[in-house]
Amino acid sequence: MALDSKIPKGPLEDKWTNHKNEINLVNPANKRLIDVIVVGTGLAGGSAAATLAELGYNVKAFCFQDSPRRAHSIAAQGGINAAKNYQGDGDSTYRLFYDTVKGGDYRSREANVHRLAEVSTNIIDQCVAQGVPFARDYGGLLDNRSFGGVLVSRTFYAKGQTGQQLLLGAYSAMNRQIGRGKIKMFTRHEMLDVVVVDGKARGIIARNLVTGEIERHSAHAVVLGTGGYGNAFYLSTYAMGSNVTAAWKAHKRGAYFANPCYTQIHPTCIPVSGDHQSKLTLMSESLRNDGRIWVPKHKKDVEAIRDGSLKPTDLAEEDRDYYLERRYPAFGNLVPRDVASRAAKERCDAGYGVNKTGEAVYLDFASAFMRYGKEQAHVKGLDENDEALVKKLGQEIVKNKYGNLFQMYEKIVDQNPYETPMMIYPAVHYTMGGIWVDYNLMTTVPGLYCIGEANFSDHGANRLGASALMQGLADGYFVLPYTIGDYLAHDIRTGPIPTETKEFDDAEKSVTETLDKLINNNGTHSVDHFHKRLGKIMWNKCGMARNAKDLKEAITEIAELRAEFWKGVKIPGRADEYNEELAKAGRVADFLELGELFAKDALVREESAGGHFREEYQTPEGEAMRRKEFQFVSAWEYKGEPKDAVLHKEDLVYENIEVKERSYK
Amino acid sequence: MNLTLKIWRQKDANDKGKIVDYPMSDVSPDMSFLEMLDVLNQELIDKGEEPVAFDHDCREGICGSCSMFVNGRAHGPDTMVTVCQLHMRSFKDGDTIYIEPWRATAFPVIKDLIVDRSSFDRIQHAGGFISVNTSGNTQDANSIPIEKENADKSFDAATCIGCGACVASCKNSSAMLFVSAKVSQFALLPQGQVEATDRVLNMVKQMDEEGFGNCTNTGACEVECPKGISLENIARMNREYLAATLKG
Repeated sequence: MALDSKIPKGPLEDKWTNHKNEINLVNPANKRLIDVIVVGTGLAGGSAAATLAELGYNVKAFCFQDSPRRAHSIAAQGGINAAKNYQGDGDSTYRLFYDTVKGGDYRSREANVHRLAEVSTNIIDQCVAQGVPFARDYGGLLDNRSFGGVLVSRTFYAKGQTGQQLLLGAYSAMNRQIGRGKIKMFTRHEMLDVVVVDGKARGIIARNLVTGEIERHSAHAVVLGTGGYGNAFYLSTYAMGSNVTAAWKAHKRGAYFANPCYTQIHPTCIPVSGDHQSKLTLMSESLRNDGRIWVPKHKKDVEAIRDGSLKPTDLAEEDRDYYLERRYPAFGNLVPRDVASRAAKERCDAGYGVNKTGEAVYLDFASAFMRYGKEQAHVKGLDENDEALVKKLGQEIVKNKYGNLFQMYEKIVDQNPYETPMMIYPAVHYTMGGIWVDYNLMTTVPGLYCIGEANFSDHGANRLGASALMQGLADGYFVLPYTIGDYLAHDIRTGPIPTETKEFDDAEKSVTETLDKLINNNGTHSVDHFHKRLGKIMWNKCGMARNAKDLKEAITEIAELRAEFWKGVKIPGRADEYNEELAKAGRVADFLELGELFAKDALVREESAGGHFREEYQTPEGEAMRRKEFQFVSAWEYKGEPKDAVLHKEDLVYENIEVKERSYK
Repeated sequence: MNLTLKIWRQKDANDKGKIVDYPMSDVSPDMSFLEMLDVLNQELIDKGEEPVAFDHDCREGICGSCSMFVNGRAHGPDTMVTVCQLHMRSFKDGDTIYIEPWRATAFPVIKDLIVDRSSFDRIQHAGGFISVNTSGNTQDANSIPIEKENADKSFDAATCIGCGACVASCKNSSAMLFVSAKVSQFALLPQGQVEATDRVLNMVKQMDEEGFGNCTNTGACEVECPKGISLENIARMNREYLAATLKG
């Protein structure tokens, strides 16, 4: 099947408007006759479910958590971008579009990103109207800050809890529709297959996680908003339950999986402390607005810091290497995530890491305390030369901006970041690959849509900060509700979709067979045992930097591990009860397939761009080297084993933006 | 560290449930409390026993999933943290630790340490929202300035993660801290004014129907709240409720 991105014709800035004008509409009376399933209730799924219900469709929403409010979008800290230009610093729709395409290393679709930039301003208006308490200045207007990779202040935020507030906004919009009976909510339910009838997605098979019951649900269209698959790495900043299962099952039913190797590694996470570790905690990137990143200049100081004989605060200014400011003077500590992550790894690999494992750099707020403190002292007419006073005043300001992050760090690391610099290290944070979708957000299976992080669409190779929240809400509130109508307009005479059909029988049978196999396996090792081993292969061989030799090894090792898993996994309990191990086993089984496709995709991509860095393709200064011949989306078609997947290419055409070497110097 | 865990085991909602002892050795102080339970669960699985079921997801203190009593306190002995952020350095070698689920009529046990908190969702369905169309055709976000003090107070109320520690800590199993947080968030914003009367009446009505008790002004909820939601919100909700009743 040839990939058709369905990008509308015409000038870039008119594409979305013209497309909306030409799209088929569904009469409100007919919307009542149409059912839509939405899987996942985070920013994308939640906002989509609420909006589709508001439009009049009958929505069935599913999440594996006990409440939609717990989707992992809730943990996003920093903020959400919008081209409002409230600060008058030169921002515009075009500039947000430009920064995002550039930040994505010219590996995203122009038309999609431009649409994202266009609707970004609506998102803020919508959320404020819903009662999302964004930060405000003393004049009562919305406050902004800037984020990595850009030179304007366009990020709206709610302290370090922006994701929480936006998600609760979408949750409240859902609640209103649940209260009206327009959304039927299925919590603690996991989607285990898509049902395809006559080539169209017509329903799902779901498992009730409390009773273990297998359920059939039909609809005229199915929307996946199920997030990313970073947990393939075992250790990541994802929630423990985040998984690829829904997306992977869709892939197995015909949806192409695009750019699986595109992973964002976030530079500011709390370093790993030991083997017992279950997940990594992110510290918002917004901290890089005020924190300066450094390691000692000299090895002897590194050793002294590691053995505790030297405190980082005692190291003289001239003995510190502020390596981001040194290498990238124009952007300094605000370079994009991939650049900051790789630079940290480079210093640590060279032996300058500051914690016991040698995998940490400092994020230091000392100069921010003094800078803010001096300003405060001046405002209040106090003594600007009183260092202790200035520091205290400055700490108050920083506390107001990032207080909860500082508190969180102290609880986890047991060190007070007001007194000593934080330690940070990169960690897997977001996946830019996902299910391939066209401009309408439809997958290669008609009637199956994919939105938010679960799709591949808007961010390309690398993702700038504060754009994930923007994409999730743009897709859910303002894009899908239009584009899905175009498809559903043909379904107004279809009537309810029956579930007592062969297709549903077959899908249910395949689900129960897999569950039976897992529960009766009587192996010797737990699910986590295999998941941890997969994670080690992924991190060591498919992580921040990759090469052909490692990737080939990874492909073999993952296939072997998968075979071992199916022979050796042990799951206690029964299938017809609450059984966390069984649910986890199904997810890890899918990660074991996805992981191999991930490595295969990375092997094909002989270039470095954004979040993916191939060691064989770098400039003499160690910067990423893009190659024109790889200016395409890789979309994989399922053919059984991951090794048999077939590659389809969607060429990326840049008509409105000059493809340039990305430089932050 | 070596520890003795005394954990509430209950097969399902109909099972009677009991405390079971589990000795633990080699516990590292750097582990989070949930990681310590992960280690126990791996040992149990290796022995062919069923692991302890508990709710957890983000493990960074924000999703509100994790919910357990540790030595009689919601989320354990530390203040201002959820149990996923509690670390084993808060305990001593040789300690005995009691681990139990939330206890409240409106939170029935599903299994072991997992309770059903959907009553919280139903209260939100009754009015925890502003009735604005999700069309994007709203007015410019800066068209209504909001006094910073009110915006900040609204934000503070909005930080509630819905974990249920307030209910579990209350001798009356009252949900008033939770409900008042949402009522306050909207009551402090101009956008939330239009339907303020209906909102507080509907949410309080649903709260009563779910079987939560009344506030006794003891303040245990505020003490145990991992997000520091203030009792002030309950006072504000009471004022809103009174005004709504007089109006209605």
